[in-house]
Amino acid sequence: MICENCNKNTATVHVTKILNDKKTELHLCEQCAKQSEGVPFDTSFTINNFLTGLLDSIHDSPIKVDYIKTTKCDHCGMSYGKFKQLGRLGCSQCYNAFQEKLIPLIKRVQGSEVHTGKVPKRAGANILMKKEIKRLKTELEKAIRSEEFEKAAVLRDKIRETERQLHQDN
Amino acid sequence: MAKWMEQLGPESDIIISSRIRLARNVEEFPFPVALTKSKSKDLIKKVRDTILEGNTTLKNDFEVFELEEMPQLERQTLVEKYLISAALMDQSEKSAVLLNKDESVSIMVNEEDHIRIQCLLPGFQLTEAWDTADKIDDVLEESLKYTFDEELGYLTSCPTNVGTGIRASVMVHLPALTMTGYINRILQAASQIGLAVRGIYGEGTEFTGNIFQISNQLTLGRNEREIVANLKDVTLQIIQKERDARNTLLSSNRIQLEDRMYRSYGTLANARILSSQEFMKLLSDLRLAIDMKIIGGISMDVINQMMVMAQPAYLQKSAGKPLSVNERDIRRATIVREKLKNIT
Repeated sequence: MICENCNKNTATVHVTKILNDKKTELHLCEQCAKQSEGVPFDTSFTINNFLTGLLDSIHDSPIKVDYIKTTKCDHCGMSYGKFKQLGRLGCSQCYNAFQEKLIPLIKRVQGSEVHTGKVPKRAGANILMKKEIKRLKTELEKAIRSEEFEKAAVLRDKIRETERQLHQDN
Repeated sequence: MAKWMEQLGPESDIIISSRIRLARNVEEFPFPVALTKSKSKDLIKKVRDTILEGNTTLKNDFEVFELEEMPQLERQTLVEKYLISAALMDQSEKSAVLLNKDESVSIMVNEEDHIRIQCLLPGFQLTEAWDTADKIDDVLEESLKYTFDEELGYLTSCPTNVGTGIRASVMVHLPALTMTGYINRILQAASQIGLAVRGIYGEGTEFTGNIFQISNQLTLGRNEREIVANLKDVTLQIIQKERDARNTLLSSNRIQLEDRMYRSYGTLANARILSSQEFMKLLSDLRLAIDMKIIGGISMDVINQMMVMAQPAYLQKSAGKPLSVNERDIRRATIVREKLKNIT
């Protein structure tokens, strides 16, 4: 069947309307149906829907607990249920509010949960320093283990200096 | 006319354009999905001021357009030129775009995320596009405080963009791989190594005219340069495979190939009615014929321009009035005929 509106595409949406005992039928293709008024049509199956569909299937628990549906983000008011429906978070605080479910989801779709890319210079200055301290501490441990005490002393001083800077900035 | 339509870049026989898109959000504003209209205007002003009132050279290069104040056809034309996304257009009352003069950079405000920096260049120029987007990101960051988490990186409205927020993509023309049937294997392999393959107008669109968009799917765990390098490596391999397939076709079926190309050229140069489907199919043949030097005298940028000029909104804009589907098919044929007549 060909779409009644554009006469081009195959009609895949069939609407039967009964108004004042009068029955009308409409056969449209997907595109025309979307544009047509009065046709309730939503096939927006997007990546977002697909993604949130994974949310509750992550913990393969035999008992489904829905208590988390009532969780809300205090900052923007987005509920977990609404996030599941939209596939989009309402604000940056939502990452904290829905952390319990979101982090496993992120790990599952991204294959990782740690950012290793660009860090904003201004907002991330502290973060860069913290990362540097972490790196130095691992090096320090290594140095101690291999009994390179001179190197360890240098590293220790570096860590102290960076920590002092971080403290000052805060 | 956008830069990718006007100039030719490296490997332009196969790679039509390269694109980098960065997703960013600003602290103290809810994400666009939860943003009120008045707040969205505040954010537009903030981004606008950063670029246009700032102390960088960007200030003379960019212009701001609030989508609400644009006629619908203008908005749609921007989508057809790939300068904005359909999602930005769909929320015109809240969104804006900053465009630079040669239309290689667009900064979308209030799309799915607050800010989407896009750099779109002709041919195979992924690294160049990343460098540009990176610099603009730095400028914006000087006066805007981005939402950033120590562990998760840049926080985005959809968790599929979290981390680097980067989407790198290339638009490729792969007619020989399609004709020889190898394309499915390649598409499958690409998806197995974390790349997505889509039609030319993004998510969910059909593969028309043998044109594919290949992009990274993962945004977390690898840094931007690694993501770009990965896509680059895969694209280079696809380029090689497509060239091999072209050579095979040429050596085994030269006359059939030439016949098909000249027929397509003949139809494009003479038809009075051209549907967009038919047009894209014929244009793919002509593009290939030019690349393989079977048909001479036509420059590839003309092909890229025709591809956009034959889109619905562009046709209506150039006609200066709304057109029905049939009228569009007639106008498309006229424009294509004229474009090709000027050349030969």
